[in-house]
Amino acid sequence: MSETDRNDAPLLFRDMIGEFELALEESGTGNYLLRLYVSGMTPNSIRAIENIRKICVEHLEGRYQLEIIDIYQQPIFAKEGQIIAAPTLVKELPPPLRKFIGDLSQTERILVGLDLRKK
Amino acid sequence: MAETTTSEIPALEILQKCPSGIKGLDEITSGGLPLGRPTLVCGGTGCGKTLLAMEFLVRGTTEYDEPGVFMSFEEKSEELTKNFASLGFDLNELVAREKLLLDYVHIERSEIEETGEYDLEGLFIRMGHAIDSIGAKRVAIDTIETLFSGFSNEVTLRSELRRLFRFLKGKGVTAVITGEQGERTLTRFGLEEYVADCVIFLSHQVANQIATRRLRIVKYRGSAHGTNEYPFLLDEQGFSVMPISSIGLDHPASVDRVSTGIPRLDTMLEGKGYYRGSSILVTGSAGTGKSSIAAHFVDAACRRGERCLYFAFEESRNQIIRNMRSIGLDLGQWVDQGVLEFRNSRPTLYGLEMHLVVMHRAIEEFRPAIVVIDPISNLLSAASEMEVRSMLSRLIDYLKMEEITAFCTALTVGGAAGERTEEGMSSLMDSWILLQSLEGAGERNRSLYILKSRGMQHSNQVREFCLTDNGAKLRDVYVGSGGVLAGAGRMAQEAREKAEALERSQEIECKQRDLERKKALVEARIAALRIGFQSEEDELERAISRGKLQSEVVAQDNLDMGRARDADAMPPPEGNTSTNGKGGGR
Repeated sequence: MSETDRNDAPLLFRDMIGEFELALEESGTGNYLLRLYVSGMTPNSIRAIENIRKICVEHLEGRYQLEIIDIYQQPIFAKEGQIIAAPTLVKELPPPLRKFIGDLSQTERILVGLDLRKK
Repeated sequence: MAETTTSEIPALEILQKCPSGIKGLDEITSGGLPLGRPTLVCGGTGCGKTLLAMEFLVRGTTEYDEPGVFMSFEEKSEELTKNFASLGFDLNELVAREKLLLDYVHIERSEIEETGEYDLEGLFIRMGHAIDSIGAKRVAIDTIETLFSGFSNEVTLRSELRRLFRFLKGKGVTAVITGEQGERTLTRFGLEEYVADCVIFLSHQVANQIATRRLRIVKYRGSAHGTNEYPFLLDEQGFSVMPISSIGLDHPASVDRVSTGIPRLDTMLEGKGYYRGSSILVTGSAGTGKSSIAAHFVDAACRRGERCLYFAFEESRNQIIRNMRSIGLDLGQWVDQGVLEFRNSRPTLYGLEMHLVVMHRAIEEFRPAIVVIDPISNLLSAASEMEVRSMLSRLIDYLKMEEITAFCTALTVGGAAGERTEEGMSSLMDSWILLQSLEGAGERNRSLYILKSRGMQHSNQVREFCLTDNGAKLRDVYVGSGGVLAGAGRMAQEAREKAEALERSQEIECKQRDLERKKALVEARIAALRIGFQSEEDELERAISRGKLQSEVVAQDNLDMGRARDADAMPPPEGNTSTNGKGGGR
């Protein structure tokens, strides 16, 4: 997409296009945005945090952003993130959006789901 | 003392109830849903589960000032808002006032990967947050079973569901949980295992192409409840259940009487008419004047200023008004004055239960003193005999409860209108007027008699029922050697009788004159005889006095002679007369 095209587009879309291009760029470079929603420090939560950290370090070193959100403390995120189960890992980027629920102990399934390994 | 002891001993923990605010539901559950506990509402697709759940919340906020949380697993908040706008519920406004919170829970199986142990804490937190943020007292969850399609670990899911209901109880909210009907179970995933306090089942059945919605309380722990299937209605006013069959036989009985509008019919009913609040049935074959009797009753009631509601299943409002004008009744004026209202509908328009519900609602809105159903027999085209009977008995029970006089007409088939109605309705009715066609002398005439009228000494006479320009009139029928005659036959017979009577009276007059004559004759004779006798008597008296005179003269002469002879003193002249033998005049 050339610069002129972008400027012709309506203002509203310009932002979206920008966002989209940014996302495309990030996915191109393989940047991951991951959010892990946990409900307090339950055994499941602790296991999940450990597991995702391990996966990130082993497979996504240098190209990921991991946010850990405690929905006990910030319940509004549970609604906004459409969280039902805990713990839930949401792969916001790259698209498609994907949710992993559970303590993230099944590493193979996560790697497949994160498109880090072919099935 | 008694008071203090009762107040000290903690009262038996009676189940507290949360009034749902839904029309009729609180009556069948005798107070509402169990307070602070979850209630399961289950049923097939499109039976009104979501609506019931939402109305429970909306009524809660608007009528009881209890905020509510609606957690939807199926419809997005915007969709819900749109759907309920058509029912007159402005969800946006309630949301803006923080009286209602809509939370759409999105579950997409393809997005979710299960990677180990998990729980549904996310849902709990959302629920808890929603409840706390507006201080909700009521919660609706529609339909939680969607979870089963989103998660594969059923064991976890079930234990989490159990925990969810405990959580809700712990929060002290009254919850309504909806569930899709299963094949063998009440809900597809057996939610009834978890929600055990109160289960409401909704169904939507189609019979003879007419759909009817029904509601049944399957169970209600710790409370008495109606066990029947109750019809309910979904319309622009929301949900309404009709707890009609729950009414017992303890309705009031008025001694007040209402005129029938036909003076001679009043006379036949002890001169006072029907009892107020009773049920009256008029049966007859086609064209016997059932509606006319109804119109008279209505007219008389309107004249007294009582409100009347006329359910017509056969004719339109205008047609009835026009037709009744032909017998001199102007019902239009009452409609204009607002004391009379017509509700016209085809029986097949909707199911019988729906009719009942609609009639109920109309009665509640209009608050009439008299309800006319013309005719009840037409309802048969909408349902079976048994259903009609049960519906009418419920309707009549309701009307009696409200002390509304029910006037029903029913069409009987065939000329030989038996003492039986197709609906088997007669036992429900307090007064039964039978109209019949009498055929004879080349014409059909209407006759009327009162088959029964409970609680009064009604006339046992058959009357001829005539529709004239000045309204319905009752006439005596001819009952005599020629059988029961009406109409022209009666007139002819009357004329004949008149002639006979005239003849008879003439004969009598003739005889009387004869008698007079004879009497005069006899009297004349008596007079003549008396005259004859009188003259004879005169003559004889004259002769007697003459004789007396002569004998006196003789006695005097004898005395004179004795004196002349200087005789001794003579005995009195009587002795002389006897010795002389000359005193007798005869």
